[in-house]
Amino acid sequence: MIVHSIFFYFFSIIAIFSSLMVITSRSTINSVFFLILDFISVGCLFIMVGAEFLGMILLIVYVGAVAVLFLFVVMMLNVAEQKQSWFIGKKSTHIPTGLIVSVLILLELLVVVGGWKYKEDLMSSSTLILSDTTNTHQLGLVMYTDYILYFQLAGIVLLLAMIGAILLTFRERVGVKKQSYLKQISRDPSSAIELREVKSNQGVKIDD
Amino acid sequence: MIEIGLGHYLSLGAIIFFLGVIGIFLNRKNIIVILMSIELILLAVNINLISFSIFTGDIVGQIFTMLILTVAAAEAAIGLAIIVVYYRNRGSIRVEDIHGMKG
Repeated sequence: MIVHSIFFYFFSIIAIFSSLMVITSRSTINSVFFLILDFISVGCLFIMVGAEFLGMILLIVYVGAVAVLFLFVVMMLNVAEQKQSWFIGKKSTHIPTGLIVSVLILLELLVVVGGWKYKEDLMSSSTLILSDTTNTHQLGLVMYTDYILYFQLAGIVLLLAMIGAILLTFRERVGVKKQSYLKQISRDPSSAIELREVKSNQGVKIDD
Repeated sequence: MIEIGLGHYLSLGAIIFFLGVIGIFLNRKNIIVILMSIELILLAVNINLISFSIFTGDIVGQIFTMLILTVAAAEAAIGLAIIVVYYRNRGSIRVEDIHGMKG
């Protein structure tokens, strides 16, 4: 149990520190790096607490896809010189309002967490889902039977996101030579080759 | 303090949620950081769902977490595509410059 608490505090302190750095670091690219660190530490927490499938999914999907997508966009858009500065600048009227709202939300959350009545029976059986099968096995048993509709709806959401992202960023370029598949497959062998009689000292005229 | 319970995980989720909200409110320069703050908020929600799922012994919370992961990935893809299109049209993604709706 001591090892569990040591690892919990280690990963959670890293997660809190890195999420603090995400919103305060000067350059956007550093924010993306700290976001990756945050995802990794929270994924380690998930694996540690027993949800190893979702921890791995967090590592693969978030770190491998979403954070790299952020990295691509930040590098492509050349926002490196747009340093983000909080308290510098003329329009600082949003800062006090935002601080007040954020602190209020934190206080509400702390009240909710602090007022949580810990049930003893819940805490005594709290450690992990005790079973002889793995977490992935249990998840698959539930997901592909009872929640198959939600699973497929999630697939449709991903498909729509893919179509939307492609459609938004697609643009037709002018002046680029491309294959025309219709022209290629509609060629006729009888009209593609033409045999001509070449008379002496006259040549033949092409491109007519 | 040594015994790690449900409250510790919920506190971690609350703190990360708070940091995401404060990032949305206080960031006045770059809209990509706002998207990253939304990702932080969704991560905090995931922490809450998974800790409840583990500590109550119900696997359904992890199903919900997978759905939230899906929605978060779709949201990041669409949001970044919109940002790319906006940058291509306007040449800037500073938050101060985005006032087309006079909001």
